[in-house]
Amino acid sequence: MAGLTLYDKLWESHLVKNLDDDTSLIYIDLHFLHEVTSPQAFEGLRIAGRKPWRAGANMATPDHNVPTTKDERSRGVEGILDPTSKIQVKSLDSNCLEFGIDEFQIDDPRHGIVHVIGPEQGRTLPGMTIVCGDSHTSTHGALGALAHGIGTSEVEHVLATQCLVQKKAKNMLIKVNGQLNSGVTAKDVVLAIIGHIGTAGGTGYTIEFGGEAIQSLSVEGRMTVCNMAIEAGARAGIVAVDEKTIEYVKGRPFAPTGETWDLAEAAWRDLVSDADAEFDAVVELEAADIAPQVSWGTSPEMVAPVTGNVPDPALMTNESKRNNYQQALKYMGLEAGTPIQSIQLDRVFIGSCTNSRIEDLRAAAAVVKGRKVAANIKEALVVPGSGLVKAQAELEGLDRIFTEAGLQWREPGCSMCLAMNADQLGEGEHCASTSNRNFEGRQGFGGRTHLVSPAMAAAAAVHGHFVDIREVELN
Amino acid sequence: MKKFISEDGLVLPLDRANVDTDYIIPKQFLKSIKRTGFGKNLFDEARYLDKGLPDADCSDRPINPDFVMNQPRYKGVSILLARENFGCGSSREHAPWALDDYGFRCVIAPSFADIFFNNCVKNGILLIVLEDKIVEKLFSETAANEGYRLAVDLPSQTITTPSGETIAFEIEESRKNILLNGLDDISLTLQNKNDIQAYETGWQQKSPWLFSQAGS
Repeated sequence: MAGLTLYDKLWESHLVKNLDDDTSLIYIDLHFLHEVTSPQAFEGLRIAGRKPWRAGANMATPDHNVPTTKDERSRGVEGILDPTSKIQVKSLDSNCLEFGIDEFQIDDPRHGIVHVIGPEQGRTLPGMTIVCGDSHTSTHGALGALAHGIGTSEVEHVLATQCLVQKKAKNMLIKVNGQLNSGVTAKDVVLAIIGHIGTAGGTGYTIEFGGEAIQSLSVEGRMTVCNMAIEAGARAGIVAVDEKTIEYVKGRPFAPTGETWDLAEAAWRDLVSDADAEFDAVVELEAADIAPQVSWGTSPEMVAPVTGNVPDPALMTNESKRNNYQQALKYMGLEAGTPIQSIQLDRVFIGSCTNSRIEDLRAAAAVVKGRKVAANIKEALVVPGSGLVKAQAELEGLDRIFTEAGLQWREPGCSMCLAMNADQLGEGEHCASTSNRNFEGRQGFGGRTHLVSPAMAAAAAVHGHFVDIREVELN
Repeated sequence: MKKFISEDGLVLPLDRANVDTDYIIPKQFLKSIKRTGFGKNLFDEARYLDKGLPDADCSDRPINPDFVMNQPRYKGVSILLARENFGCGSSREHAPWALDDYGFRCVIAPSFADIFFNNCVKNGILLIVLEDKIVEKLFSETAANEGYRLAVDLPSQTITTPSGETIAFEIEESRKNILLNGLDDISLTLQNKNDIQAYETGWQQKSPWLFSQAGS
């Protein structure tokens, strides 16, 4: 019999029972909540007179529509100017209080984007099943956890039962062989993967990311890769546990200690796919072939190397894809054949659950240090992923590097990744963004998003257009 | 939960691949703490020419005449005909809520994104996966015939076209049962309460660190 994949192991260890058909009842260890997808779930519990099955298995924080200016944030929840946003954040506070759920409120120093603070606090642990009413929950898979997004009805279901009814996904292995070239980051790897397999390439699968290039990434880099598994269609992305995972978790506030740590560590070391495990699909990429990536269209699969050009839809044989590319170019206001490096930019956004951790900010700061934001850039935002990331960056002086270069240093939150707060693109504006989605209108009505790595976004800020980060000298 | 048994309705063809949930319902409308009222903002950015604001009255907003749903022949539609990877992106259940609130009971496409698929079942919306070439044929028949309707019948798992042609579709038995009976799946899961408790006890003995996190 073939061995088990990491996903098989995580699935089997959380199997409560197989149901009558091909679905199963799966136990959930940890449930994150935020203000946008939870109010209707709490309302459902209230109407049915239900209580959380295990309140301690939940953790909440408001992140999607919190403001990021110092002025608004200095007054806590009352400082939120948008009245509907304020109601939503207050609803989370009152729901958590009513149902006994731990929350890092907007003015807690540990507050931040839910997918940044989970691992940061050691709430996210290897071997867990983790869900959240947010598709980027896949991020937590970087620590060898089975983590994926759910809708609001499932949020209510998990609160009430600590379980989900699920159909097991298929196993896909994406192997990135060899070493990445200097200047090529986790973000470029995952964009290249999505460009290769397409936005539906992983639908119905759990993707395990492996190979030398993935193993060489830091745990934060692996989070960037797993974060965008959903952009390849897979609800969950995972990376096997190794020494780096263990070191990352050790000593975090909610991580086990003492004898329990020893027990946990021993169990976590088995969280790898067996050598003889069989995958339903295997995709291999060569790390050396991956250049810094820039998205040119309205789907994360529409990427090109920074040295490339906007593709020509007329050359596409598949009619549906040709139409899709034509629609994208029209929306983006781009001509086929335009060199990526000559796309003119208006704004820069460095942040989001994909790229707002300390290593991301260090990489961006190294590029802008001693330089100035280009005249054509109207606004360049740096939004740290959490209060603790912000504090660490300030300790290292990164905030001053950014502000001296002319970038704005903001308070933590999801910000312009989905633009639910005031941080938005204007109509027709092009943005170099470290976020995860370039859908029409995602960052603001009529806004045009180009997905890139933090270093590429920083270089775009100082040049006013995309440049090949491999040719930029770091100060 | 809302039941789905059958639907005989007008078909709206949305000829666009990879329709994401941001396109179905833009983020500014997710600030609501209710489950209802999203229909007027379904496909907001394609449907109207101006920028949609939460709580705004949509009755006097400028309509995009080029958007298919705004054409008079598609007034009163309840079946959406779509392209591959429909519902990709964000997990927002506001997307099925918006489709439901507008009056859609069924979506037919060659493929759907996973999270969206689950979210629709929870809201009594039937999603039907058909082969590319059948979807293509339905697109051309819809375009060619004003007032084109389909009769979808879940018990027999068939779609009947106006010419009387019958198309069979697949659905998992559990989903079919939930839709036909409008079952509350939390109550269904809680029927397994003893199994969940037994699992939990065993899991806690094996992985005590997972049960001592809160407040540490």
